[in-house]
Amino acid sequence: MGLDPSRPVRISFVLVPGLLLALAVASCSSASAGDKTTLRIWAMGREGEVLSQLIPGFEKEHPDIHVEVQQIPWTAAHEKLLTAYVGDATPDIAMLGNTWVPEFVALNSLAPLDSFADRSKEIRRDDFFPGIWKTNVVNGKTYGIPWYVDTRLIFYRSDILAKAGYKEFPKTWAEWTAAMKKIKSQMTDKQFPMLMPTNEWPQPVDFAMEAGSPILRDGGRYGAFEQPAFRKGFDFYLGFYRQGFASPVSSSQVSNLFQEFERGNIAMYISGPWYIGEFKNRLDSATQTKWMTAPMPGINGPGVSMAGGSSLSLFAASQHKKQAWLLMEFLSRPQVQLQFYVLTGDLPPRKAAWQDTTFANNKYTKAFRDQLERVVPMPQVPEWEEIATTIFEHGEQAIRKARTVDQTLSSLDQDVNAMLEKRRYLLAQEKKT
Amino acid sequence: MSRTNPRLLVVDETKFGASLDSALTRRRISQIILYTLLIIGALIALMPMLWMLSASFMPTGEASTYPPHLIPSRITFIHYRELFTRLNLGRYLFNSALIAVIVTAVSLVINSLAGYAFAKLRFRGRDRTFRILSLGLVLPVQVAMLPLFLLMKNLHLINTYWGVIIPGMASIFGIFLIRQYALSIPDDMLDAARIDGASELRIYWSVVVPGILPILATLAIWTFLATWNDFMWPLIVLSDEAHYTLPVALANLSGEHVMDTELMMAGSVLTVIPVLSVFLFLQRYYIQGVMAGSVKG
Amino acid sequence: MMGARARAPSDVGKAAWLFLAPALVLIFVFFFLPVLASLVLSVTDFDIYAIAKPSTTRFVGMANYTKLFHSPEFWQALRNTFYFAIVGGPLTIAVSLATALLLNAKLVRFKSFFRTIYFTPFVTTLVAVSIVWRYLYHTRYGVLNYGLAHLGIAPIDWLGNPHWAMPAIILMSVWKNFGYNMLIFIAGLQAIPQDLYDAAEIDGAGPVRRFFAVTLPLLGPTLLFVSVITMIGYFQLFSEPYVMTQGGPLRATTSVVLMMYEEGFRWWRMGYAAAIAFVLFVVILIATLIQFRLQKEHA
Repeated sequence: MGLDPSRPVRISFVLVPGLLLALAVASCSSASAGDKTTLRIWAMGREGEVLSQLIPGFEKEHPDIHVEVQQIPWTAAHEKLLTAYVGDATPDIAMLGNTWVPEFVALNSLAPLDSFADRSKEIRRDDFFPGIWKTNVVNGKTYGIPWYVDTRLIFYRSDILAKAGYKEFPKTWAEWTAAMKKIKSQMTDKQFPMLMPTNEWPQPVDFAMEAGSPILRDGGRYGAFEQPAFRKGFDFYLGFYRQGFASPVSSSQVSNLFQEFERGNIAMYISGPWYIGEFKNRLDSATQTKWMTAPMPGINGPGVSMAGGSSLSLFAASQHKKQAWLLMEFLSRPQVQLQFYVLTGDLPPRKAAWQDTTFANNKYTKAFRDQLERVVPMPQVPEWEEIATTIFEHGEQAIRKARTVDQTLSSLDQDVNAMLEKRRYLLAQEKKT
Repeated sequence: MSRTNPRLLVVDETKFGASLDSALTRRRISQIILYTLLIIGALIALMPMLWMLSASFMPTGEASTYPPHLIPSRITFIHYRELFTRLNLGRYLFNSALIAVIVTAVSLVINSLAGYAFAKLRFRGRDRTFRILSLGLVLPVQVAMLPLFLLMKNLHLINTYWGVIIPGMASIFGIFLIRQYALSIPDDMLDAARIDGASELRIYWSVVVPGILPILATLAIWTFLATWNDFMWPLIVLSDEAHYTLPVALANLSGEHVMDTELMMAGSVLTVIPVLSVFLFLQRYYIQGVMAGSVKG
Repeated sequence: MMGARARAPSDVGKAAWLFLAPALVLIFVFFFLPVLASLVLSVTDFDIYAIAKPSTTRFVGMANYTKLFHSPEFWQALRNTFYFAIVGGPLTIAVSLATALLLNAKLVRFKSFFRTIYFTPFVTTLVAVSIVWRYLYHTRYGVLNYGLAHLGIAPIDWLGNPHWAMPAIILMSVWKNFGYNMLIFIAGLQAIPQDLYDAAEIDGAGPVRRFFAVTLPLLGPTLLFVSVITMIGYFQLFSEPYVMTQGGPLRATTSVVLMMYEEGFRWWRMGYAAAIAFVLFVVILIATLIQFRLQKEHA
């Protein structure tokens, strides 16, 4: 076959050691460069993209600190963070959804921040919305600094609403339903008044909370899904699909929601503040004058929404806690938060930032400021992420009529109770000692 | 070289010409049918990748139109540019190449040593050990993944290159392949070398390796492709994007950029081109290896 | 024949173990040992709490397995995996055999050219290809539905309809994998002596009869080999649903391995996930043994 045996061997003598050397160098390159301290920070989604633009300002003030930003998509963030924790490969700071904070605290992976916060001149507790700060407090200690607040409300095509006879967005569930009926009658078969992907949990949870459901009961030991309050919210949620107001698609099937919004194939969408930035950037100029935000309608008037948001948390394993705190302080400055807002549409958790004219004159954020007065936190249990996923998975079964509502709620209770079994066991152990 | 149909020989001489014509026509028609089927099959095999290539050059948004475009209205490289600048694909390419080459090189040595030993060296417990090893072929690798992850955690190899490389350094399949091939090395050659005083290692290096070069080539290509394309284990072990291999990075990107069709297609093209190139240049060894290995059973 | 300087068997033996050592150590420590550990893990409730504080682990006996067998999600994952393997497997093998027969035909030239083209899908990276097919399957903008529209068929919601999602993945897998088995079949076909075909032709057998009388029986061992490796591979379905459907819609494409990944690496219920992994192993073992038995009865 004409293969010279010595040639590949000789090549490999050079190649393999060369590669092993490259391997060694590559593995080491993640260490600090020179005398500088390198901070590693992980962030998700658009916030991750934008963070890189804020960093140069910080590095200019602190030339001895270099910051590496890693972006992770929301779909993989939870598992990647946990993998990093398990593998002792956590960054210094991570942006954590505030519902994840209890989980990471249960793992003893986060450093408490109270001593830093008490001595800080930049970060003053009383300047933050109290309901939001509270979501970061577990067992009396603070484990995250709120970075931005998130709550869900409606983004809508104001012209389509107007054509249906609504100058302002409906304020009650009944009005909302009537409006969607009207809009639906003015649409074709392939168009829908509402875009509500079936694999998102904030919607059913929001409606349930509006109906007064605590989602979990007994201090987060059991599910409360078969109680009347949750059922009421769940029925309202299913109504969207039953009455043809929303198409039962999952978020990965929506190829381009902005195009659909532009083309009028959907008229409403429930999402968070970062969509202000996305809409401004990605909608075409014709549609820019035709959209608006509105607070969530409630049963008898303006409704509640979830107290979401993300925090910056410091990992206990970080070797550079002092420098990391400096970065957290920097990102919490009102001016930087405003800059962040301009880039992402994410809303500041600090009242000082809200006093800026940027917000006073902003027609889109008015609805959010309003909604922030009526936010409810989610149950603070480490299992929340899994529970939330189970809620929409069961919800999908009910939406597609694979199960009845009764079956869905009862199996939700069953499954969630099983998930919480270890928590119950550990809490019982703690009580004994 | 076609054998003539014996029936033709006993046909009446007068009808010989006519039969020959119809046989040729039948042959022609069969050929046309066969080639048509083959070409249709080829198009089916290639179409997804051709569309992938085409869409990667389309301007943003063109891949999500109705009716779908098969050819870009104009060719643009912005997606490739974005991949290499903002999205850091060069790093992932490097990671994949590094890991694939190291695993290939190291596993070639380790597997061939073991395969040769099982084939040609007589020692106590050889057949029993080999049988136990064969059991491993039936075990799906996923069963090992959870404890392997915990083991890697204790060795502090999570999120490192070595965490991905080490489990791939020895493979039962590779040992089998080498052993199968090495069985055909004549014992006299080995005995002669022993009589001449060569150490076992020397014999391996100078006599065996040149003798099994074709299967080594096949195994090298196979290992390279398998390591490059490996997804589940790197997904589990790597949490820091600095270490991501291409498939993991691509899956990551698709989670974030599910709406950017053209960008994802460009990423897919870049992931597939290296393995395709390796395959196309070295297909002779690879294909012959697969076919030879299977016939021997 | 052994001269005075012949090597003592014990020296050869020593060298042999040295040669084997790296491979055996690696395989033992990084494969066999973890497999055994999986069994141990599966009788505990090792989870995220345990990763933080190992003392919270409890021995639970068969509780994980009991929970598994009472879990509708698990049975669905098992059904999905069987659906994929039992439909996808024979389909892949049929296409492989068909193309192998085509390529083996005497009248065909450019064999290696076509062979390369047909093998190309197998070589490509599964993740990349899954992403491409996800777009090909798009209900409105995908090329596949566009082609079907020309044939007068209404658009199919490939990845959004629970009834079509698994067939969509099966179709893609057949496309991707047929090339490998095709090569093996070609080798097997070439090993069949031409005389047998000639003899059959003299006896008056047409091409179809020749296939069933000569080709198929002689391909027996090859068929067994191909079906075993194909089934074992297909039972391990993971990347396609992970990338294309995340196991949906309504968990219609959640495979056993995907469920194991979710339970083990997303929710960190590692004891439970280890039980899933072990059940997978048993299933594959049984399926393999059944195939061997079936083939023995046929031959």
